[in-house]
Amino acid sequence: MSSNKRTITFEVMRYRPESDAEPSFQSYSVPCEEEWVVLDALNYIKDHLDSSLSYRWSCHMAVCGSCGMMIDGEPTLSCKAFLRDYGSTVRVEPLNNFPIERDLVVVIDDFIEKLTSLQPYIIPKEPRTVEQGEYLQTPAQLKKFKQYTLCINCLLCYAACPQYGLSPEFVGPAALALAHRYNLDSRDGGRAQRQEIVASHDGVWECSFVGACSEVCPKHVDPAAAIQQGKIASTVDYFLGFLGGGR
Amino acid sequence: MSRKPYVRPIPKTSWFMRQGRYKRYMAREVTCLFIGAYTAVLTVGLMRLAESEAAYNAFLTALKAPGSILFHVVAFLFAVYHSSTWFNVTHQAMPIQRGDEFVAPGVIVGTHYAIWAVVSLVVLLVAGV
Amino acid sequence: MAKSHKPIVWGPFAAGGTFSAFFNPVLILITGILVPLGAMSLSYERAHAFADNWIGKLILFGFIVLPAWHAAHRARITVHDFGLRADILMATVFYATAAVLTVLSAVALLKI
Repeated sequence: MSSNKRTITFEVMRYRPESDAEPSFQSYSVPCEEEWVVLDALNYIKDHLDSSLSYRWSCHMAVCGSCGMMIDGEPTLSCKAFLRDYGSTVRVEPLNNFPIERDLVVVIDDFIEKLTSLQPYIIPKEPRTVEQGEYLQTPAQLKKFKQYTLCINCLLCYAACPQYGLSPEFVGPAALALAHRYNLDSRDGGRAQRQEIVASHDGVWECSFVGACSEVCPKHVDPAAAIQQGKIASTVDYFLGFLGGGR
Repeated sequence: MSRKPYVRPIPKTSWFMRQGRYKRYMAREVTCLFIGAYTAVLTVGLMRLAESEAAYNAFLTALKAPGSILFHVVAFLFAVYHSSTWFNVTHQAMPIQRGDEFVAPGVIVGTHYAIWAVVSLVVLLVAGV
Repeated sequence: MAKSHKPIVWGPFAAGGTFSAFFNPVLILITGILVPLGAMSLSYERAHAFADNWIGKLILFGFIVLPAWHAAHRARITVHDFGLRADILMATVFYATAAVLTVLSAVALLKI
């Protein structure tokens, strides 16, 4: 079976902290198979052209969230960027809005901290023993929060979000979407605790509904929707609080 | 091995020029300037209406100036852009779950557009088109 | 982290944005294009009669106040997005403007 190879030039951002003052681009000429994705080309570069190139990847099937990077200026999973959709030159850069550790590897500590701070786990409504058995949940109750469980923490949404870029203290789309996931879960009773961060200035209120996060999300989580619903809920809470109600 | 993470600077004023979706976002945001300006014009009109018939008629005459009509045409276009961008995201802000499924986004968005058409028609009729 | 007081201005922003989305295009079309071009008329008698009762006053007040507070909040965010970071100053300028329009239109409608 003959294969149609196409030579594609990859302009890849390099940054070596031990020797570089700032990042620069390096050009690689790669003979690409028709069915390849950008990740395959990066692996070719590492295997045959330049073993010093550093980048994250793992599953090669868009479920682990490791291989996020800017491809022709768009936040993309490199394992999901099919070369048939790109031209003869492809620009590859590390994810926007994150500090560059080395080459295509970014520092994601800020995100991990924010994600953890939202208490992304079931906080029971009341203490529960093992003897009480499992929680029961209808398909409708599951459907309510299901889409927000699909996040693979790939951080494309943070790279797309201009408010995160301009105001790095913003908690951000994925973290707020995960908070929403637990708030909507019928088993959970921790909404009030999460509101301390969700309803703070760095929570939903830093968002101006650009919507780029939902546009680039490879799993269709729709974090923008989670945040807007969070704004409405927080506003209702706020005014109910005046009336002596609120939750 | 020493770490020296590099932070790429983001231009505070021109960041939105980097992507089409950011430019469309800024166009949406800028609609508020035209809606605000029109609301100010409307307020002046109300004030003239409260003042006297002569003042109100002078206001109507001022609206006929080519500059005024041009402003209102541009404001109209931006207002329509505000409306469509607003309605297009209603399904994200107000998801409706019916049993095990969510109402299709197109239905939520489409209903808003339909109401917009009806409202516009009613206002036109009441104003005496 | 303390909870933000943004809901105070965001509520009016959202309500005003929805109202403005439904009403502003046709209003601008009528008062800014159709009437000046003579395709429609809003004579003093008709306009005054509409504003002469409480329902008319309420509707006209809505046409001013809701879009005004929507535009004020969005303008505050917009200048921030344009790189102007004096947020407290900008917020004051824009919300004060909306307040002025609110008061002026209320006074005018009460006079009619």
